[in-house]
Amino acid sequence: MSRRLLQIVSWLALVATILPSALFLAGRITLDQSKAWLLVATIVWFAATPFWMGRKDENAA
Amino acid sequence: MADDRSHEGAEAIDEYEREPVPERAWLGFKNFVGMYAGEHTAGTELMLGPLFVASGVGAFDLIVGLLLGNLLAVLSWTFVTAPIATRARLTLYCQLEKICGRKLVTLYNLANGVMFCFLAGAMITVSATAVGVMVQNWVHIPMPELNDVAPFPLPEGVYQALGKIGLIDAATTRRVESTNVSWIVATLAVGFATAIVAAYGYRFVSWVANIAAPWMTLVFIAFGLVALRQFIDATGVEIRSAGDLWHLATTYIWKGGDPLPGQVKFTFWHVVFFAWFCNMAMHIGMSDLTIFRYARHSWYGLATASGMYLGHFLAWIAASLLYALQLHNNPANTNVLPGPLAYGACGIAGLVCVIIAGWTTANPTIYRAGLAFQAIMPRVSRAKVTIATGMLAAVAGMFPAIAMKLLGFVAVYGMLLMPMGAVIFVDFYLMRKFGLEPNYAERTGIGFNWAAGLAWFLTLGLCWWLVNQGYIGIFFVSLPGWFFAAALYIIFSKLFHRDARALAAA
Repeated sequence: MSRRLLQIVSWLALVATILPSALFLAGRITLDQSKAWLLVATIVWFAATPFWMGRKDENAA
Repeated sequence: MADDRSHEGAEAIDEYEREPVPERAWLGFKNFVGMYAGEHTAGTELMLGPLFVASGVGAFDLIVGLLLGNLLAVLSWTFVTAPIATRARLTLYCQLEKICGRKLVTLYNLANGVMFCFLAGAMITVSATAVGVMVQNWVHIPMPELNDVAPFPLPEGVYQALGKIGLIDAATTRRVESTNVSWIVATLAVGFATAIVAAYGYRFVSWVANIAAPWMTLVFIAFGLVALRQFIDATGVEIRSAGDLWHLATTYIWKGGDPLPGQVKFTFWHVVFFAWFCNMAMHIGMSDLTIFRYARHSWYGLATASGMYLGHFLAWIAASLLYALQLHNNPANTNVLPGPLAYGACGIAGLVCVIIAGWTTANPTIYRAGLAFQAIMPRVSRAKVTIATGMLAAVAGMFPAIAMKLLGFVAVYGMLLMPMGAVIFVDFYLMRKFGLEPNYAERTGIGFNWAAGLAWFLTLGLCWWLVNQGYIGIFFVSLPGWFFAAALYIIFSKLFHRDARALAAA
């Protein structure tokens, strides 16, 4: 998977980390749903981020 | 508040230990923003936020006090630490050795190492509370309570003695009736694992800490958002404006009033001084000379605002919300247990956050404590010293009093190292103005600069006496203490120092 794609996945995971609690605050989802989505976002973040963060971009000039 | 150096600069700060950092190794502003943001969103924030609530803090006092106190901390880094760091470009230890001599620096290392051990112990306590929740389906681990000292019964004389020297409030401390074996095993296991990784896998944890930092900051904010919704539901307050939110905050969340039994009442000034001085060892105490020697300009000190306002503002407020909600739902449940609090708000991800926050901050703290001790015993391998240090921290983590009294402990930590910061400041800026020579130990080859040593010891003695006599609180004493240490160093230098130039030439 390309570095750029992994970065996009990581950024989406970060958004998904904070979004469930914001939706819970707004009364749009239940606490259990918020916890479940946060767990999914956590898994995605730790699955995608290690492959690019702190590593050199091999395609960089 | 942790003294974690796990992030981008972690490897870098171990370089150029005996020489000024060359221009090619200087780092840009963004490095410091990232480093401080990650460093100050740590496991201890989950203890400190609740302890503010336990101290009976009011909403205005907390919010405005944190804004002001953190600003003072940022300004201290920017105008006290960073200017010296970017001119001398030396580590704290190198700078101190030039002034104080190797033997006095060894003593400083010992004090610093012991305090690091206790700090790491508090983080191990935090992680153990999360482990307790994770294994609850298989093993029941009774959690420590707010006024616990040890996980096993102590003779009454010990409680009284600790009370007399001001470490605990003997009257409100809970007397544990039986040994909590599972808690002891949990803390020792967490401590042992942390020590092994600190000794052999430090770079791995630094890497994990880097990756976890942005996610962890958002999970901390999520704690606050979830707790806020639950507060709204529990109180039935309708939030239609900022005024409604402020009403909720002042009436239900940070109500002010009396602190919980055994806690010190926190006013606006307590919050200001705590936020300012909780990292005193790093800014006014000059530990972060080691970090900012890599900065291109001294104004990079402003980068510390990322850590202060993410970790010491948002994270503290979020963690305090969780605890305030717990008290609102059950006033009898005063336990400050980050694991269960985080699990209640964010489920398994919350627990993972507590464990990673505790682990990634305890780990480098143990590593640094090991380095400090190894400087005293250079022949023993770094790995052995680090494991021994980690086990010392694990034993400290077994005692909940350290984590439960973290507000006071952090204040003592800053006070202990603050006088040496005053010595460095005076030596750098003022010695020649008083007809004295800076870097006296280096010029004369002495191993123990008595002017600096006495300034340190007498300042600590005076501060301790002032606090014990009730003239001033532990959270405030370091401010006059700094000026006292500076004055003493000048006076003793005048008395003790011979003409350094003549001596060096001899």
